[in-house]
Amino acid sequence: MNPLLEPQLPADALLPLLVLVSSLVPGLVVFFLGEKRVRTRMLLNLGGAFLKLGLVAWMIWGVVHGQRYEVRLPLLDDLDLVLRVGALSLLFLVLSAGLWLVTTVYAVGYLEQAPHRSRFFGFFSLCVTATVGVAMAGNLLTFVLFFEMLTLTTYPLLVHRGTEAARQAGIVYLAHTVLAGVLLLAGTVWLYTLTGTLTFAPRGFVSEIADSHPGELTAIFALLIAGVGVKAALVPLHGWLPRAMVAPAPVSALLHAVAVVKAGAFGVVLIVYDVFGVEQAAELGLTGPLALVAGVTIVYGSLRALFQDDLKRRLAFSTVSQVSYIVLGVAIVGPLASVGGIVHLVHQGIMKITLFFCAGNLAETLGIHKISEMNGVGRRMPWTMGAFTIAALGMIGVPPIAGFISKWYLGLGALEAGVHWPLYVLTASSLLNAAYFLPILQAAWLREPDARWAEPMPGAQPSPIASWWSRPETRWLLLLPPLVTAALSLLLGLFASMPFSALEWSLLIAEREFYYP
Amino acid sequence: MTDPIFWGLLGMALVVMGLYALIVHAHLLRKVLALNVMSSGVFLVFIGLARRASSDGMPMAVDPVPQAMVLTGIVVAVAGTGLALALIVRLRAITGRTTLGDDASG
Amino acid sequence: MPLDPSGPWWDGADWMLASVFVPLFGALSCFLLPRLVAALGLAAALLTTAATLALTLSVLDKGALKVQLGGWEAPLGILWRADGLSVALMAMTAAVGALVSLYAAAYFRDEVQQRAFFWPIWLILWAALNALFLSADLFNLYVTLELLGFAAVSLTALGGGAAALTGAIRYLLVSVLGSLSYLLGVALIYHGCGSLDIALAAPCVADAPAPAMQVAAGAMIAGLLLKTALFPFHFWLPPAHGSASAPVSALLSALVVKASFYLVLRLWLDLFGGGGRWLAELLGALGAVAVIWGSVLALRQERLKLLIAYSTVAQIGYLFMAFPLALAGSTVVWTAALYLALSHGLAKAAMFLSAGSLLRFGGHDRIAELDSVVHRLPLTLAAFALAGISIMGLPPSGGFIGKWLLLGEAFRQGRFLLAGVMLLGGALAAAYVFKVVGHAFRSAEREQRERAIPPSMEWSALILAVAAIVLGLMLPLISPLLRLSTASPGLAAALGGLA
Repeated sequence: MNPLLEPQLPADALLPLLVLVSSLVPGLVVFFLGEKRVRTRMLLNLGGAFLKLGLVAWMIWGVVHGQRYEVRLPLLDDLDLVLRVGALSLLFLVLSAGLWLVTTVYAVGYLEQAPHRSRFFGFFSLCVTATVGVAMAGNLLTFVLFFEMLTLTTYPLLVHRGTEAARQAGIVYLAHTVLAGVLLLAGTVWLYTLTGTLTFAPRGFVSEIADSHPGELTAIFALLIAGVGVKAALVPLHGWLPRAMVAPAPVSALLHAVAVVKAGAFGVVLIVYDVFGVEQAAELGLTGPLALVAGVTIVYGSLRALFQDDLKRRLAFSTVSQVSYIVLGVAIVGPLASVGGIVHLVHQGIMKITLFFCAGNLAETLGIHKISEMNGVGRRMPWTMGAFTIAALGMIGVPPIAGFISKWYLGLGALEAGVHWPLYVLTASSLLNAAYFLPILQAAWLREPDARWAEPMPGAQPSPIASWWSRPETRWLLLLPPLVTAALSLLLGLFASMPFSALEWSLLIAEREFYYP
Repeated sequence: MTDPIFWGLLGMALVVMGLYALIVHAHLLRKVLALNVMSSGVFLVFIGLARRASSDGMPMAVDPVPQAMVLTGIVVAVAGTGLALALIVRLRAITGRTTLGDDASG
Repeated sequence: MPLDPSGPWWDGADWMLASVFVPLFGALSCFLLPRLVAALGLAAALLTTAATLALTLSVLDKGALKVQLGGWEAPLGILWRADGLSVALMAMTAAVGALVSLYAAAYFRDEVQQRAFFWPIWLILWAALNALFLSADLFNLYVTLELLGFAAVSLTALGGGAAALTGAIRYLLVSVLGSLSYLLGVALIYHGCGSLDIALAAPCVADAPAPAMQVAAGAMIAGLLLKTALFPFHFWLPPAHGSASAPVSALLSALVVKASFYLVLRLWLDLFGGGGRWLAELLGALGAVAVIWGSVLALRQERLKLLIAYSTVAQIGYLFMAFPLALAGSTVVWTAALYLALSHGLAKAAMFLSAGSLLRFGGHDRIAELDSVVHRLPLTLAAFALAGISIMGLPPSGGFIGKWLLLGEAFRQGRFLLAGVMLLGGALAAAYVFKVVGHAFRSAEREQRERAIPPSMEWSALILAVAAIVLGLMLPLISPLLRLSTASPGLAAALGGLA
């Protein structure tokens, strides 16, 4: 009987599909809306975002109780497209869905009068569809499909502004990601011809051929990591990321916190854990070089960030550096390191998006793009800079903000695995982070403000609270998202040991999927 | 050498000559003529080699099937030549030239 | 046997005849009634599509079908055979043909002179295509090849300008040369084997003395390669496809070159039983060069239609890379080649139709100046982008499936050079697709000179592009079709080894 004509899917196969559809349909519909239909567009986008969050929450409940969700579509003769939701997928799903909602709100505020909004929000939704597809991929083929879809849907967002700089950045982005796609496809097909399967499995699925084909597996590992590493901005494949800062702030926020970079890092996690299996990878001698690449990236990114005056570029290099914490955690063979790497997926996402939101606020409200222009801006925009401060301190690793938790576990993991050099890398990186974040904070809070915003705001009331309420420092839509995410990064650190925190979830993942399947 | 082989070789010679002329000459009419020579060569090969073996020891009889096919082929060649000439005349009317421009072959 | 009025309903054989004779009669009526040309043409297109669909279902249901024209048996009579391979290509032809007809009805709405000749010649082309896919007899194939060639040349020349005429003349010379080479091969085979029917001649070809058959094979395949525009015989394609009108370019790139490729495949598998090693390697090497050469040249073009034409040259190279991979006895490569051919047909037609809309709208097709035009036609751009996804071989499209299967086989056999070429081809294709698509996102002023585009033009391109994508999800459906084969063992073995 033809597989495509089979009767009704069971209910729990529908959930993954619905998660995809909840952003796919609004995306497609929004393309056809005129520019003026602001309310309809907002309703569609926000409705889809809330629906997606709700579905993900439902699935969390199910997975905690041991349920698995899966849906298959036959694509090739013995390979299906598989969407499955387990603990690791849910981590990424919650991050994506939650941050999409927040970024949508932000984007609505940021692009208030900008042209081509329908096109923007259409591709925005498609981009998130691709991201949740990556999160739910059940085999390497499905992963490749949604990964490539991510490339295609993020390109229009990157070049949205239509300027020459945007076009150039787009070309660099395409050159990198198309090459990455080629390498990823090569590795995937080659692996398939050797193993006959591509389904993700808790200890990997290459153990049977590891003894007979070590050389080929090493080459395949290199291809696959390079393929996802471009998006994850591993040095020397990171060149597209700083240039991508020409995109509007919501795009930088989404790309750096949720979509592209995290999908790349997620890909590294999947390849090491669910394709090769971390112990198998260590046996083949693959984790050492990977850890080395991660270490180099961490240090290099931090160093480059030091010398940037443009705020977004400094944040971009900071991302290059920080995402490699995840790769480092994955490459150090040990449960604690895994936890550190996986939880940093969430923590870094939330902290970085806060930073980008704040940068966007500064650019949009005051026209500030460079750090040298930021003197005294803390007086003028205290709430924005407050959020920025919390996130920056988290990046440095100051407790009790979320970033500290990740670094703590990474350090413990290095000790557990018996290697010491990651500790040096972590320390150096924290010092460098301090070196490039603290001056910003100092300039914003402690320096004399620029003449432009020295005097009190027009119409200021006697009481500061009343003044703040009636004349907020910027539009509400731009102010709320960074406040929410900054608060989240604080809460995730403070309440890390509560159930359903990112840390607890990561411990669950490490326990369930990697070492005790 | 036997008859069929002779005609076959003659046909092949015509084909080769036609091919050479097609590639070397730039004037379109010459190219069309070259193609006609080539097709005559192919038809010659077809008919020349056409012998049907018979079972009772009589000398090989002429096979009528290739003759039918060559007739079809001649019709096709005439139609093709007509089409080519019409196009060439039109090209000359529009541009005044009778070559393909800067291309070398075919 | 055929057209038997006492039967319960028309059966498969009747649909075979209908798929050829309906467009022929349609063409005739278009010649006779030039005022009603568009309506008659569309009606004939619709009926032919329906007949092809019925034939496909019939073949899926009952297996390969045959019909003897006029009731004469082989070896004197003409046999038509519909198996899985033929029907797959006929179905693609019908899909492309129907949508291009819809497009052309709108495109030629104001061009009375061109319209009067486009429809009858296009319908003759369709009849020739269907007859070619159904023929099982070497000489019949020659006749359909020539008919196809003349119709294609006439359509190319229809535009009337110097470029179109030059392209058409060159195409005609090449086409006739190719057919003559093919005919020479037929002559040698007939002399050696005494039969023109493919199934009957195959055993004889296998036993015949090698030099004669090698010359015959070489002549026939060389002629067909000339018509399929495989490197280095590709020189005629870009000028012809690039200067023809948009619907004509779509038909030429999507359908006509596939017909000669189909013949190469058919002869290779059925008549020559697999072909020699060096010939297969040569075809693969030429295909690899074609991929790189065509893609690089496409990237360097300044005009959109020439870019798309060079893309065709590159994509045809992929098809021929299946030949060396099949030497090891693998059967999945033929599925891959067929899938690539089908999805290229759909995607390339979509691309040319979009280019036509852009050209009609803005009055030019210079890529560098497309910004202002492309903004105003989002559906057309979407069609081009989706078609580009299939050409690039990105999932989930028909192009991806073909590329995946071919790559898998290349890796399995350790042919890393071929695999590398395929991957590089994909990257280059991404470069030239984005070269065009990137212009949609540049800020630009409104174009001054504009001509309204009827929605049917935009939608037909979009539907074809979506079909190319959807084809990527349909392998489980199409596999059974490809498993059906003729009585010939070669094809049965080749296509029977799927899944």
